[in-house]
Amino acid sequence: MLSYIIRRLFLAIVTVWAITVLSFVIIQLPPGDFVTIYINALQSSGSPISFGQAEAMRAEYGLDQPMTVQYAKWMGMVLRGNFGMALAWNKPVKEIIGDRLTLTMVVSIAAIMLTWTVALPIGIYSAVRQYSPGDYVFTFIGFIGIAVPNFMLALILMYLGFKYFNMSIGGLFSAEFETAPWSLAKIGDLLKHLILPALILGLAGTAQLIRIMRANLLDELRKPYVVTARAKGLSETRVILKYPVRAALNPFASTIGYYFPYVVSGSIIVSLVLGLPTVGPLLLTALVAQDMFLAGTIVLMLGVMTVMGTFVSDLILMWIDPRIRMEG
Amino acid sequence: MANQTNAPDAEERISVATQWQLMWWRFRKHALAKVGAIVVILFYGVALGADFLAYSDPTFVEAQRSLLSPHGIQWLDEGRFAPFVYGLKGTRDPQTFKRVYVTDPNQKYPVRFFGQGFEWQLLGLKTDRHLIAVEGAKAEEVLFLLGTDQLGRDLWSRLMYGTRTSMFIGLVGVMLSLFLGILLGGISGYYGGSIDTFIQRLIEVIRSIPTIPLWMGLGAALPKDWSVRQVYFAITVILSLIGWTELARVVRGRFLSLREEDYVTAAELAGCSQMRIIFRHMVPSFLSHIIAATTLAIPAMIISETALSFLGLGLRPPAVSWGVLLQDAQNVQALAISPWLVIPTIPVVVVILALNFLGDGLRDAADPYG
Repeated sequence: MLSYIIRRLFLAIVTVWAITVLSFVIIQLPPGDFVTIYINALQSSGSPISFGQAEAMRAEYGLDQPMTVQYAKWMGMVLRGNFGMALAWNKPVKEIIGDRLTLTMVVSIAAIMLTWTVALPIGIYSAVRQYSPGDYVFTFIGFIGIAVPNFMLALILMYLGFKYFNMSIGGLFSAEFETAPWSLAKIGDLLKHLILPALILGLAGTAQLIRIMRANLLDELRKPYVVTARAKGLSETRVILKYPVRAALNPFASTIGYYFPYVVSGSIIVSLVLGLPTVGPLLLTALVAQDMFLAGTIVLMLGVMTVMGTFVSDLILMWIDPRIRMEG
Repeated sequence: MANQTNAPDAEERISVATQWQLMWWRFRKHALAKVGAIVVILFYGVALGADFLAYSDPTFVEAQRSLLSPHGIQWLDEGRFAPFVYGLKGTRDPQTFKRVYVTDPNQKYPVRFFGQGFEWQLLGLKTDRHLIAVEGAKAEEVLFLLGTDQLGRDLWSRLMYGTRTSMFIGLVGVMLSLFLGILLGGISGYYGGSIDTFIQRLIEVIRSIPTIPLWMGLGAALPKDWSVRQVYFAITVILSLIGWTELARVVRGRFLSLREEDYVTAAELAGCSQMRIIFRHMVPSFLSHIIAATTLAIPAMIISETALSFLGLGLRPPAVSWGVLLQDAQNVQALAISPWLVIPTIPVVVVILALNFLGDGLRDAADPYG
């Protein structure tokens, strides 16, 4: 069990390292170094910096040195919590993305919660009442969920909401809470606004999980122990919920690890369409404006948080599935 | 199995049938998969014949005719079958002073099939024939089956070219992923041991990185002065660098299970070279699985390209793809004024469904125990 945790932790660390390298590559990719871009940005806003200042910045980031040194310097800064400056805002990156990063995770986790709470009962229902009208309806919705990319779904729902209900369904807060400090009322407002993005984000995953759950449970229901349980006179709910559902849940849980990155990834583009104040819109503007420290940091933080989420879901999996615990 | 009822005859047929025949028989019974196959073939047909199916030059800009709503073809003229379109007359709205176009019932332009339109080229052959053409005026000026975009370009014609780009980027991207997947998955499954562990960990690492932010970063970093072709190729490479993991997993799984088969051991004992064992003995037995997995991988490619281009970080104009077309439909205000801009979602959804059905059918057909 301990060796399982250590192996997972090691893998998580390797992944984080890979993500730092990729983020660094993204920061480095545009032509010219970022000091040049920074100077240009400052000049266009009317506050040029002197040649000496520019040279000092270059030295700080080690721009005259080889890539590996630059990477090491950048990593050193990141580890100390210094993510550089966001050009367009002229503020440290950390200040800008803090809240938005939290909201990204809130939206993603809400989508996953919703996926589970919806997919589990429907999957059980579809398996127990195989080929019933309800089963067909859910299969149909499932196909829609798989075939309609989530940003298109967002687009279409927004259009319908605008056209037929004359309301805007975007955003995560009502206007009066937008800039208000956190309070219970604001959280309530957030929860109300969260349902739709969570539904849109979770639909594809829900569809897939229903299919997996249904197939797994159907396999289990055909096994002799279910017949035995029935013959012993257990109530139908007990027969189904106590053993087959638990057995069918294992592969269900093991997909979480891959599902989390997928949802985070999707939340970026859905946020853009729905205008959610997550890091999604920020990432796009940063990339378009070649604000590479901001963009690189967002990619880095998203990656790191995803890896952490995956690690946590691995631990949950271990808790659910005794086979992993026993294997050691 | 097929025709189990008419006993000995059918049984004999099955026992001598090749693997592909068996697959075909099983596939035939899958109604949804057959529909999927037909739709996919249709879409690739559109992709190939985009020039012929379009009637307007997709790059023809006419700001005067921006955001025209769809105008259908009138099929009957005074009770007789004689398809035509009405001309459009521009007037000023007396209240808003906006330029509006109304159909002019006095002006009729006959529609001809296989008529002449803008010139196009295929394999060095020049022609100006199109499925639909207008006589007496340029199609760009009077025929708007699905309306026009902001710059007055005809949506139908652009959709045809967009289908070509999107369908082929799916195909090319999957081919690249397939190459990487077979290479790395094959090495992983065939050699096993520490190489296997390394590649498996690599796959896990890649899969735990959220893809869209990464793609956005890489897509935005492509130099602005690259040509359409270069960007197209670069985007395909970016997409397949991450897309190969699923295919590699399938290939590895097959290799692992086949490595233990008796006939592979027999081939080894008979002194076959490794290359011969892999390509002559192992690959044919799981080729069908690979084809099914490949079919199922195309939709993901198409969605990814559409998403990237939709954000403006994928293909860039003048390239036309479904994602590029949907860029115009990015905000609700635009949609409220011109809802037809959202039409490109339809082919995306249809082709993804069709590919999924086809892939599911192929996978079931390829699995002898299914």
